[in-house]
Amino acid sequence: MTIKRFLFSAPALALAGLLAFASGPALAAAGAKPEARDWSFHGMFGTYDRGAQQRGFQVYREVCAACHSLRLVAYRNLDGIGLSEDQIKAVAAEYEVTDGPNEEGEMYSRPAKPSDRFVSPFANDNAARAANNGALPPDLSLMAKARKGGPDYLYALLTGYKEEPPEGVKLNEGMNYNVYFPAHQIAMAPPLEDDAIEYPDGTKPTLNQLSEDVTTFLNWAAEPELEERKRLGIKVLLFLIVLTAMMYALKRQVWRDQHLGPVSPK
Amino acid sequence: MTDTPMTNTVDTDDKTRRDFLLLSTLAVGAVGSGLAAWPFIDVMNPAADTLALSTTEVDLEPIEEGMSITVVWRGRPVFIRYRTAAEIKEAGAVSMDDLIDPEADKDRVQKPQWLIMVGICTHLGCIPLGQKSNDPKGEYGGWFCPCHGSHYDTSGRIRKGPAPKNLVVPTYRFLTDTTIRIG
Amino acid sequence: MSNRFYENPVIKWIEYRLPIFHFIDESVGSGYPTPKNLNYWWNFGSLAGIVLTIMIATGIVLAMNYTPHVDYAFESVERIMRDVNYGWLMRYIHMNGGSMFFIVVYIHMFRGLYYGSFKEPRELLWIIGVFIILTMMATAFMGYVLPWGQQSFWAATVITNLFSAIPLIGESIVTWLWGGFTVGNPTLNRFYAFHYLLPFVLFGLVFVHLWALHVHKSNNPVGVDIKGPQDTIPFHPYYTMKDLYGLGVFLIFFMFFVFFAPNFFGEPDNYIKANPLVTPTHIVPEWYFLPSYAILRAVPDMWIISAKLGGVIGMFGSTLILLLLPWLDRSPVRSARFRPIYKQFFWVFVVDCLILGWVGANTPDAVFHGVPFLWIGRVATVYYFAHFLVIIPLISILEKPKPLPDSISAAVTEGGGATEAAE
Repeated sequence: MTIKRFLFSAPALALAGLLAFASGPALAAAGAKPEARDWSFHGMFGTYDRGAQQRGFQVYREVCAACHSLRLVAYRNLDGIGLSEDQIKAVAAEYEVTDGPNEEGEMYSRPAKPSDRFVSPFANDNAARAANNGALPPDLSLMAKARKGGPDYLYALLTGYKEEPPEGVKLNEGMNYNVYFPAHQIAMAPPLEDDAIEYPDGTKPTLNQLSEDVTTFLNWAAEPELEERKRLGIKVLLFLIVLTAMMYALKRQVWRDQHLGPVSPK
Repeated sequence: MTDTPMTNTVDTDDKTRRDFLLLSTLAVGAVGSGLAAWPFIDVMNPAADTLALSTTEVDLEPIEEGMSITVVWRGRPVFIRYRTAAEIKEAGAVSMDDLIDPEADKDRVQKPQWLIMVGICTHLGCIPLGQKSNDPKGEYGGWFCPCHGSHYDTSGRIRKGPAPKNLVVPTYRFLTDTTIRIG
Repeated sequence: MSNRFYENPVIKWIEYRLPIFHFIDESVGSGYPTPKNLNYWWNFGSLAGIVLTIMIATGIVLAMNYTPHVDYAFESVERIMRDVNYGWLMRYIHMNGGSMFFIVVYIHMFRGLYYGSFKEPRELLWIIGVFIILTMMATAFMGYVLPWGQQSFWAATVITNLFSAIPLIGESIVTWLWGGFTVGNPTLNRFYAFHYLLPFVLFGLVFVHLWALHVHKSNNPVGVDIKGPQDTIPFHPYYTMKDLYGLGVFLIFFMFFVFFAPNFFGEPDNYIKANPLVTPTHIVPEWYFLPSYAILRAVPDMWIISAKLGGVIGMFGSTLILLLLPWLDRSPVRSARFRPIYKQFFWVFVVDCLILGWVGANTPDAVFHGVPFLWIGRVATVYYFAHFLVIIPLISILEKPKPLPDSISAAVTEGGGATEAAE
């Protein structure tokens, strides 16, 4: 049985059908399925939009960072969103980190340096819970990779709040209704709204714009290697295709004297 | 290959084409393997977080005259000494002929009062004593390595003992009058 | 060709003391006669060996940067992804390489099933292969725990808890496996040690697998024995070149995932650091364990055997039953090409395995067009075992095979097996 014939055989069709089914209803009936959006960083040639990254960083700093940490990202990494060395130093210097112990054995506080990781808003998880009615605001470093749907889900969640829950749904104390959150009840109050902050570059800060920007920033925080990875990937694939084509030609040459029947040479 | 001349030409043509294909495929494959080896080599180079610590900025403000501090730069101790006028004078007065590793004091400092050196004995890598006021400072008033008895002077130059070289001066730069960046 | 080796004085010197060039030539060189009609399904054996090598190479550099401690493991993996030079590449190759390894080996196994490569005189070759897949599964499972994400932690918890199903000593065994009273730092440390060790055990098993292979040579698509030199061609350059071409195609497939869809086979939950107090809502194993997982959950309480114990027996049994296959299939004909009924049931079996995988990906209480997955899983599990214990023995008695070609070369000349061989 050749590969070609296999592809058209009945078992192959059954197999294909199964795979099609299998990928479909696997999601449990939790939140609504987020709509797939066309991100600049999607696709084989995708890159981050520097403007969106920097605006998103502003959103993170002015809004999200009040509760959410970004422990895995260092200030020096901000060169990945296009900040200069001096800008990075200035950003870092706005935060205080605890260092030490010094020679007297005391811990001391100093301004953050580019080599430091993002300073967390709370000293530890318990402090974070205590300040947020018992709910722990998760770290955002990997959020874009740690949820099904990735950036689509983040965008949908940020824009998916409803002021009034649908009829018949009773919200628990302190909870908010969100179409996309599992079970629809989320402790986080709607973090963004139109004109929540002001952009220095004049971009209109609508809810959708803010959500898109901060999602771009968070995707970068989760996958800072994305641009380098895709650039290298294109080169590697092109190289492999050329090499494989050459090996195929060579293989045919080598096998020529084994060809029989109508294709037999000489 | 001892056929009629006719077939022989065809065979040679074919063979040439095959050899060319073989060689070019080998060449492309070899280049690819070489390039693929690079990530496996580079992965052992210092990582980004390590490199981010490759420079250390030090505020000299709190150091008083005659005091030394030790800072860590790339995981190694760096001695920073605010030298007294007497020490500077003593270091400058030494004749080159008396030195094991001749080097003028003025070539070892950017500002005479600030002596900045990697605090690792050039013999076998111990940390010399002399940073604290009650440490032994050796016969030349600078540093003394307890491991094998090397004596360094007030410029950190080797004067006596098994060490072959002076204490190393790292690259550093004054960012302001009282802050330096080492590295 | 082998004469050439002995002309070079250096090679001659070495060869006299250690006949390594002769050995290589006999193993994968022009001195190894190979059936002339092998098709592309025979590429997957050498591919598996290459993937093992890639896994060991990337694994070693990852180990240089990994910290096996519950407080640092997750962060150290993220440091590899973010700070270590090409760390993301090494990690994504290793992570996707696990999936690639199973894809390649599963195809290799199904090829063996289809063409009867497990039959006399290759029974031991097949049995060593079963030990290889068992070792691979253990290695993959322990490797999955190392990043210390939510799926890592709960996979470790769930799978080690399986051993508690063993009557009387089960609980003690689980405590012994953990080195504590839950999955914790001692567990992570020993898994790391084993994850580093087992690939070298695999290497040893592969060596024995190849040794056994070289005694009776490769099986082939028509499944008749090599009768003479007219049936074979030298491994080099024919199959070295064919394997290299196949490797090229495979690497394109592999690297596409590494560079453009690196988390396709992964679970988002594993990017959340392990939290022993919160179980993810939907625990699923990696895709290559899904059929086993479906069998584990399908078995109900039976007589004195609890569902838990039954599930564990079923899960391990589903792989171990392969050890008996050479004796369950009594048909003297190897290749399914000449076994019309076996051929049909082979494909049904393939589909059954896919169904088990699909069931494994869904929660047991979920419903598919009115049918609970639990029941689909049960039917598929029963069929899985029936395939080996009932269907195969029956077919080997009842089936009337098609006439076999006289020899490999006869089959090739008639064109029966020539198309693939020539392509």
